[in-house]
Amino acid sequence: MRFMVIVKATEDTEAGVLPTTEELAAMGAYNEELARAGVLLAGEGLHPSAKGARVVFSGDSRTVIDGPFAESKELIAGFWLIQAKSLEEAVEWAKRCPSPTRGESQLEVRQVFEAEDFGEELTPELRAQEDRLREQTGSSGSSGSA
Amino acid sequence: MSAGATRAAVEAVWRIESARLVAGLARLVRDVGVAEDLAQDALVIALEKWPESGVPDNPGAWLMATAKRRGIDLLRRDVMLDRKHAQMAHALEQQQEPSPDENVDGVQDDLLRLVFTACHPVLSTEAQVALTLRLLGGLTTAEIARAFLAPEPTVGQRISRAKRTLTQANVPFEVPSGAELAPRLGAVLDVIYLIFNEGYSATAGEDWVRPGLCEDALRLGRVLAQLMPREPEVHGLVALMELSASRLRARLGPEGQPVLLADQDRSRWDRVLVRRGLAALELAERLGGARGPYALQAGIAACHARARTAQETDWERIVACYDALAQLTSSPVVELNRAVAVGMAYGPAEGLALADQLLDAPALRSYHLLPAVRADLLARLGRVDEAQEELARAASLTRNTRERELLLDRARRLRPGG
Repeated sequence: MRFMVIVKATEDTEAGVLPTTEELAAMGAYNEELARAGVLLAGEGLHPSAKGARVVFSGDSRTVIDGPFAESKELIAGFWLIQAKSLEEAVEWAKRCPSPTRGESQLEVRQVFEAEDFGEELTPELRAQEDRLREQTGSSGSSGSA
Repeated sequence: MSAGATRAAVEAVWRIESARLVAGLARLVRDVGVAEDLAQDALVIALEKWPESGVPDNPGAWLMATAKRRGIDLLRRDVMLDRKHAQMAHALEQQQEPSPDENVDGVQDDLLRLVFTACHPVLSTEAQVALTLRLLGGLTTAEIARAFLAPEPTVGQRISRAKRTLTQANVPFEVPSGAELAPRLGAVLDVIYLIFNEGYSATAGEDWVRPGLCEDALRLGRVLAQLMPREPEVHGLVALMELSASRLRARLGPEGQPVLLADQDRSRWDRVLVRRGLAALELAERLGGARGPYALQAGIAACHARARTAQETDWERIVACYDALAQLTSSPVVELNRAVAVGMAYGPAEGLALADQLLDAPALRSYHLLPAVRADLLARLGRVDEAQEELARAASLTRNTRERELLLDRARRLRPGG
């Protein structure tokens, strides 16, 4: 199974405060631990939402809203993609992370959907449709397009 | 915390910590069997205590301290009977627990010693596989039994016999050096790849793939790559497994039936794993290992990964990889795959000529893929009757239910209405 461990944004990350050398070293050691255990698949940090944009869908209309966005706690500042046997194992790995941001911080652990998870609700027709969509968008499906 | 939640948490901690725990204990007591027993004892104690006390902040250190205390108690009882046990108890007592930060190299060394001990040549391949999954993968006996469709008591006996063999043969807990290293490393890689392959295309049973086993093998391979970063073939094997695993979910149709490479929906290939596999292959090549057997196989997988459609596959390059591989291994299975590649690159007649040379190879006598390959080449040459016969023969030889259905279906579809 795969899990995405999401780093929630804080006022600091949104303000673009960069980590200190010590903080970078601690995070580097943690990343190395994940890699040494063979569980780390990918991971990235994100720029503040000031450098991002939102595309809002309503019916046929598409509206683009430039960042920054309010409610920083709902935003994400980075992620890891890890391979684990269970939610508990993913949580156990998340607990070992050095405090990801200054002050109070949060990691959220979410399981990545695999096609198998949809079970019988995903009929062969729907699956074919989804595959067509993926082909058009060039995405690789549940693993993301990274 | 409820008992169920604690059990799940303990299992999670176990998966993360068990290999390091067993490896560290084995360095102290110089006996993998004793080390594993102590680690298991600590696990049982954790299952008793943690529901009340909660999971400790540093569960790994807790388990190590508990295992050592347990070891000292048990071994002291035997002191008068056995000098070796007295030495073990002494070692457990003397060892000061270093902090995790300063001991990273030590842990890595211990893990590497554990890898080479579990795959020691005094053990049969079956025993090496079971012990590797148990000691390094943290799998339970039941999980290993399920993965290899073997009865649980058989696997349990296999593991305890393997541990006893290591003790009786006085196998040193160390990484081989000098001229001994290359063949021993080769055996380690073969064990990991065998585990992967059993997950990738099961030799028997109802399921054609067991992705969980592939994940375990991949994790072991990635761990080994971190432990031996300068060994090109380790990266070659990791590249091969990442690239093969990238196709896993496209290899199964909606009903769980196998889908062959040429028919796979390539948009379902896993891009994360493709990227990781290509990077590992590049690393193997940069380290001078482009001609290693696993790197060559990874090179073939990379040709498939780079092709956006089956038609775009660079079959000539694949043939070149198989030529090099055939020289290295002189394996009839490699020759058979080479025949397939030649058939794709230079036409079915050329491929069939090569496949026909293998008809007398004793190793392939009951190998279902020989008639399956010949069937494909015969069909492309318009020799439909012979192709059908070969498919029926292949179906009778495979022990995997899904694969048999696929072969029979191909035979039926060769002739409209037939």
